[in-house]
Amino acid sequence: MSIFVDEQTRVLYQGLTGSQGRYYGLLNRDYGTQVVAGTNPKKAGSNVDGVPIFADAAAAVEATGADASCIFVPAPAVRDAVMEAAQGGVKFIVAITEGVPAHDELYLFNALKRHYPDVLLLGPNCPGVISPGKCNIGITAGHIAKAGGPVGIVSRSGTLTYQALYELKTKDIGVTTCVGIGGDPVPGTSFIDCLRAFENDPETEAVMLIGEIGGSAEEQAAEFIKSHMSKPVAGYIAGVTAPPGKKMGHAGAIVSGGRGTAAAKIEALRDAGVQVGLNPTEAGEHMASIVADL
Amino acid sequence: MDLFEHQGKEFFTSYGIPVSAGEVAFTAEEALEAASRIGTPVMVKAQVHTGGRGKAGGIKFAANQAEVHLHASNILGLDISGHVVERLWIEKAAEIAEEYYASFTLDRSAKKHLGMLSAQGGVEIETVAATNPTAIARIWVDPLDGLREAECRKWVTAANIPAAAAEGTVALLRKLYRAYTEGDADLVEVNPLVLTKSGLVQVLDAKVTLDANSEFRHPQYRQYDATQPRDEREQTAHAKGLQYVGLDGSVGVIANGAGLAMSTVDVVNQVGGSPANFLDIGGGANAEVMATALQVINNDPAVKAIFINIFGGITRGEEIANGIVEAVGRVQIDSPIVVRLDGTNAAQGRAILEPHLSEALLMQPTMLDAARRVVELAS
Repeated sequence: MSIFVDEQTRVLYQGLTGSQGRYYGLLNRDYGTQVVAGTNPKKAGSNVDGVPIFADAAAAVEATGADASCIFVPAPAVRDAVMEAAQGGVKFIVAITEGVPAHDELYLFNALKRHYPDVLLLGPNCPGVISPGKCNIGITAGHIAKAGGPVGIVSRSGTLTYQALYELKTKDIGVTTCVGIGGDPVPGTSFIDCLRAFENDPETEAVMLIGEIGGSAEEQAAEFIKSHMSKPVAGYIAGVTAPPGKKMGHAGAIVSGGRGTAAAKIEALRDAGVQVGLNPTEAGEHMASIVADL
Repeated sequence: MDLFEHQGKEFFTSYGIPVSAGEVAFTAEEALEAASRIGTPVMVKAQVHTGGRGKAGGIKFAANQAEVHLHASNILGLDISGHVVERLWIEKAAEIAEEYYASFTLDRSAKKHLGMLSAQGGVEIETVAATNPTAIARIWVDPLDGLREAECRKWVTAANIPAAAAEGTVALLRKLYRAYTEGDADLVEVNPLVLTKSGLVQVLDAKVTLDANSEFRHPQYRQYDATQPRDEREQTAHAKGLQYVGLDGSVGVIANGAGLAMSTVDVVNQVGGSPANFLDIGGGANAEVMATALQVINNDPAVKAIFINIFGGITRGEEIANGIVEAVGRVQIDSPIVVRLDGTNAAQGRAILEPHLSEALLMQPTMLDAARRVVELAS
């Protein structure tokens, strides 16, 4: 099994007619993802390489039975696009777009929670989700992942996610699902959402967690692991040597007022029994030894 | 984007929040002119993106024009925690009866807006939080509901704001919340918020951080871009659209993706080196952006060796390798470069780099090996 998406998932692309949406949407289809629809109010009735375009998410869901959506629209339009997908009946929304204002993200988190509690938003500003061999939604290069399990991956960083997939593939370790939750201040899906799903997924036997400086998401994840997880976890935190007060690329990656340091996160994770590597390779080695002992 | 105090006050004023009258001055003469228009006594305040201005002598009371000139001359050029004062804010001195604290920020854990209010202002809120945590009244606001008046009143009562200031504080906080949300701020902090002897509740100091991602809603925010604290290297890189953060070591770092770039900085440190920068060139890593990145790094005289750490995802190894070869051919680089290329079609990419390798362009199979080699070359 896998979490969030599998070979049954039918995906609608909001922004499929744009250059990024078209490129990644068709790559996702080549990977085997069921890319069933696109939306664009001005281009309803047309198609992108055979994928039908609808006026809005509701029309696309009605016609194609799409149950997931992938958003590539520009940042100013993301807030409306997410709400449109939720209203249209989509249950899992992946927002790839970066540069979304933090207040829009906070609104989306609270609006979905109140009005559409069964809808899960992944992102914004995330690489997406891949259940290798079954479904790839977003911008992850599918062939760097080995299908089958037993490892689930959850990460706040894009390229480090790819690095993790690759490290595991070179060690011949398969992945059930790899989720990139994104590095923004208010991600729709948290580490804990993913950890809980992996804990409940019978095919996932171990989890790799990749965090970075800023916020307290890793500390909260550590608490969850300590009290709710039976499966072993290996981890890595980027930004151990990042200077305080400097934003390191991601909007959320900043050490401010002594909070959000890598040291505190590593300590919390180790205290919860997580095997933390000091670089991605070391974390991969920890995971290899965990898998060997399963 | 961090705003200077005076920019923060202009921002507040646009939402009807009361502040003292004031003007910006870049020279002692301008300070004198401003003070004569405003009328002494005035405060002469250093405008820098750091705290602790008062302790450093960056905020002075001037009873008359002679004192304005004296303080303005002394404060301009002053170094406050590495920030040299280039501008002043000359402000009508307020007659302060009491000092409070108020702020709104985004609580990432609670996924709500967090308001903090205290009757103990004028000191660092961290100090109040540590020594007398019950003196801070907190309120969590759901963005869907906003800050309702009744909730705001309860909050003001909980913070023990005296009756004489309660009405004014409620009114100010509601405007402050509006400025914070409608203005897409990451933080609005008023410390101190004051009750004047004439009974007015107003802002005395303003700390405002705006979300650069919201510029499409607030095109006027672009003006703040030019006053962000950046060193010369950061300024150049920023102008070229690069995600660059200056550090103080000797190993230039180029990586694709923020996480990998951060990780590269870590690994260089772990093997005993010291990075000169953090630089994320994004997922694509084409020749154009690679050449620009190399130029920026090459201009940094502290750089002794360069580490290019690329993981190919959608972008294939051959494209990345061609990009590196082309960029190195286009830019005259003074320091040796160590490349680590992994991921999609890494073998093909390495084969392209192979014939170009020399003492100036080296390649290592793993991130750790490359870090060790580049640190050797830099020392």
